[in-house]
Amino acid sequence: MGYKAKFRVWRGEGGEGRLEDFTVEVNEGEVVLDVIHRLQATQAPDLAVRWNCKAGKCGSCSMEINGKPRLGCMTRMSTFEESETITVTPLRTFPVIKDLVTDVSFNYQKAREIPSFTPPADVKPGEYRMQQVDVERSQEFRKCIECFMCQNVCHVIRDHEENKPNFAGPRYLMRIAELDMHPYDVAERKESAQEEHGLGYCNITKCCTEVCPEHIKITDNALIPMKERVVDRKYDPLVWLGSKIFKRQR
Amino acid sequence: MERHEYDVVVIGAGGAGLRAAIEARQQGKRTAIVCKSLFGKAHTVMAEGGAAAAMGNVNPSDNWMVHFRDTMRGGKFLNNWRMAELHAKEAPDRVWELEAWGALFDRTKDGKISQRNFGGHEYPRLAHVGDRTGLELIRTLQQRVVALQQEDEKLHGDPEAYIKVFAECTITRLLKDGDAISGAFGYWRETGDFIVFDAPAVVLATGGIGKSYVVTSNSWEYTGDGHALALLAGAKLINMEFIQFHPTGMVWPPSVRGILVTESVRGDGGVLRNSEGRRFMFDYIPDVFKDKYATTEEEADRWYNDQANNRRPPELLPRDEVARAINAEVKAGRGSPQGGVFLDVSSRLPAAEIIKRLPSMHHQFKELADVDITKEPMQVGPTCHYIMGGVEVDADTGAASVPGLFAAGEVSGGMHGSNRLGGNSLSDLLVFGRRAGAGAAAYVDGLPKRPTVTGVEEAKAEALAPLERTGGENPYEVHHELQRTMNDLVGIIRKSEEISEALEVIEKLKERARNTASSGSRIYNPGWHLALDLRNMLLVSECVAKAALMREESRGGHTRDDFPGMSAEWRRKLLVCSAEPDGTSITVEERVQQSMRGDLISLFERSELEKYLTEEELAEYDAAVKES
Amino acid sequence: MTQTTAESAARKQRAQIRVRTLRTDRWWLAPAFTFAGLLLFLIYGLWAIFDKSYFVDPYIAPFSSPCLATSCPEGARLFGLAPFGDWYTLPPGILILGLPGGFRLTCYYYRKAYYRSFWLSPPACAVAEPHGKYTGETRLPLILQNIHRYFFYFAIVIGLILTYDAVLALVHKPAGLGSWILLANAVLILCYTFGCHSCRHITAGRLNHFSRHPLRYKAWTLVSKLNARHQQFAWASLFSVMIADLYVRLVAKGVINFPFA
Repeated sequence: MGYKAKFRVWRGEGGEGRLEDFTVEVNEGEVVLDVIHRLQATQAPDLAVRWNCKAGKCGSCSMEINGKPRLGCMTRMSTFEESETITVTPLRTFPVIKDLVTDVSFNYQKAREIPSFTPPADVKPGEYRMQQVDVERSQEFRKCIECFMCQNVCHVIRDHEENKPNFAGPRYLMRIAELDMHPYDVAERKESAQEEHGLGYCNITKCCTEVCPEHIKITDNALIPMKERVVDRKYDPLVWLGSKIFKRQR
Repeated sequence: MERHEYDVVVIGAGGAGLRAAIEARQQGKRTAIVCKSLFGKAHTVMAEGGAAAAMGNVNPSDNWMVHFRDTMRGGKFLNNWRMAELHAKEAPDRVWELEAWGALFDRTKDGKISQRNFGGHEYPRLAHVGDRTGLELIRTLQQRVVALQQEDEKLHGDPEAYIKVFAECTITRLLKDGDAISGAFGYWRETGDFIVFDAPAVVLATGGIGKSYVVTSNSWEYTGDGHALALLAGAKLINMEFIQFHPTGMVWPPSVRGILVTESVRGDGGVLRNSEGRRFMFDYIPDVFKDKYATTEEEADRWYNDQANNRRPPELLPRDEVARAINAEVKAGRGSPQGGVFLDVSSRLPAAEIIKRLPSMHHQFKELADVDITKEPMQVGPTCHYIMGGVEVDADTGAASVPGLFAAGEVSGGMHGSNRLGGNSLSDLLVFGRRAGAGAAAYVDGLPKRPTVTGVEEAKAEALAPLERTGGENPYEVHHELQRTMNDLVGIIRKSEEISEALEVIEKLKERARNTASSGSRIYNPGWHLALDLRNMLLVSECVAKAALMREESRGGHTRDDFPGMSAEWRRKLLVCSAEPDGTSITVEERVQQSMRGDLISLFERSELEKYLTEEELAEYDAAVKES
Repeated sequence: MTQTTAESAARKQRAQIRVRTLRTDRWWLAPAFTFAGLLLFLIYGLWAIFDKSYFVDPYIAPFSSPCLATSCPEGARLFGLAPFGDWYTLPPGILILGLPGGFRLTCYYYRKAYYRSFWLSPPACAVAEPHGKYTGETRLPLILQNIHRYFFYFAIVIGLILTYDAVLALVHKPAGLGSWILLANAVLILCYTFGCHSCRHITAGRLNHFSRHPLRYKAWTLVSKLNARHQQFAWASLFSVMIADLYVRLVAKGVINFPFA
């Protein structure tokens, strides 16, 4: 049943730190977060880790396990060999507060830069009528649990800190797509997606989709459709010409 | 020390907290939201079913009166009827408002918000988004806060001018000026630095107490902070003996122990079996339900296809009955290897059908337990889910007995009586979140002058104590023992001797908790955080145990082995907990419940009320009916 | 929004882990295969363009169809036409190669494939890329990727021509293995073409009210199904076109000469 596993866990306050080795008991059916908690309870009471629901629904325990962004609560120990050394590090793209806890305020700042849902002024609460097919696309994006692993894995900011001011990241570009596809949203979002939120930085290499614990097809269903909508507005000469003529006629 | 001045401080950023903060800000108050987790991670995200609101989109016969009746019935008539009334009347507006803030509920064919059936609700009533309604609610409220901040940025150049989120910040004490609230004291989880809020009004929206139990569907945040803060500030808690245990939580693997397995598994054909393979629920049909539930497997199986001519399978008995039955089977040694019973749907439906009807359960078991529910049975057992009790508040304003203190959501008590209906918690958050926010704003408007903060040094000393002790108790061990005690001795089925034993253990644990020591620095130190939370969990556990010992009847979320019946006399009584300001001891007193208003009580049939009310109350009912 | 009170420099720093990745799996395998696959295609394409045995009645090699130059054999010409004059003496494949080539070059799937495997940007998820600067598709030349939909329009034409070639071959030689290979290739090419993200956008993706356009919505659902397998169709059609092309050329060269070839 139980065995002793070898763990290497990043310890340190701020960016300075090192990988510390631990040998810790693992029981059948446990996940990485359980083992981290056992370390806390037995060997390192001040080991910092962020967690909450333990069921993959809140998106708090994002960390990098053997170099891959994962939710600690959704990574079963049975997926590793007993002899394997498991390396656990904090998300790389954000500054470290302590141990496995990072400062994710970048994401909240980006959230505030996306204009909110803007319904027409004359629709009152209770009067909304929307068909299921029309809300389904945006509903998929609203499954997001904001674990920020897509933001963390995206090479645009992971490998290039300097792009942070100009790039909203997959989670918030998806938020733009969600609102742009909302049947009642009237705000302009295409031009600004490209000009202000950095949609053009995305080179659709799909790591956001790969790490999404909710299996949202971020790239195929949000980012690429949004890129196509931007093409309509900015790059397609025919659509552009058509809209000019149409506008003049009106 | 960091100090902030606000009009309203909301503690907790779940549904109730955010809705309260939005309301306070919309009334022009400078509002702070303080939460232990990151913004948007609150436990509300775990709610699956939906938000109950009598919009009548699916069945036009539905209205607030039907919803009110269902709620009172569910709570076995112990509910604060004024809260149940407001809740039933206002829930639709609160749900529609969310839609205007960007929520995307599932739709009916004619484009309205779709509503689903749920236990105890007469009509399809739960507005939902698949099985992630709680997440939708939190996200919508979170985005509404952001929208208000964007507005403030345009108006004042500072997004945080009127509403600011203090995430990963824990409040350890409410501060007072004489009798009234004057602020709150807490620490940043990140840095361990202290923070003082100078505010005349505080709204508690901290959720429940599940972390006092081993097996719970609640997250680590549910340490009863709001309950304890209110007690220590001099407010009263009511109905603390009523705790809802959900019959089917996962029992294996250990990491997910307690996580919910939705009721619809049983609704869609799942059956409960013990280790001998017997469908044991047939042995546990109580007499009052004998005519409504099938007595043979054949009849029960026919019900799924023909509900008109067959009685329901006993797996669909009310939550408390099923929980008790599972508990009894396990105690009798007929449990599954990991201490639950088997919930099997694999032998009942084809694999494709299971995946179609129960996608999230299939996913949950696959990802978390490596169990394919289309091939093998699940192991389930009861799990601590929700506390009906909480801060005693005024129904209309959410005001507690301490001036300046307000409460909403799970931390407040009364609305759900002795048992909460599924779907009523999300609507509760919205209705009473808004009312508490408005109540706090009105209270601030009516104040002649701002109160002054006192007691900061004492609060600071209390918070630093675990770090300054060396060689004391390990807080994790104390916590673990408390959880085991509550689970084993004040769990689903309670007995006088066991509760008394639990109270003795709690006394000892209180002593040990005063001696806990946490090593390491103040920067993000979970050992220290737990040592501080222990005070709250112990206070709340003591309330639960003492109230449970006093109430000598079984009703809703309180089952006494030694008093199995429901008593009309006890229905009139609420148990009210209060604490010494230093938190050393809890007193529980009886209080007579106010009689229901005439127009509300006459919504019920006499024959139904006879099961619950005393003769005296029935006479009042007859008078009310005559009058109307 | 999380307020950080300590403002020291260390607190603003990421974890200083000085290795490119801590991944322990064989993350380099997928980009290596992609690199090899695409390289093989490029080399084969280059050879095929200059190879003259692209026609053997009734088969025309897909790399050289439509054949529009006067140098094309009578039977290879599309509808018997040769719109380019005698002045054009280069291999006829070059005339049309830019269209399917451009379609694949600007395709959202292939972009992922070659950004990862050729440009290593990034080579795999959570593996640092070797470049000091990155601007993505925000400026020239990569901003030109946005004209993908025009290549899609042409790709439909090419796809239909290949289908026409296959049907024609099938009519003339129903028992010929080549006819069936050409048909299979045409089907895969069409599946790849119509599963294109631009196609998905054009059918109904650009609309906000599916319910008001039931036919376009129906088309969108079909395209979405193909689109979900776009990567698989991209590879399947890449190999099918190479195989079909090589097959025709080998038949033309007489290397393959069994009765039902």
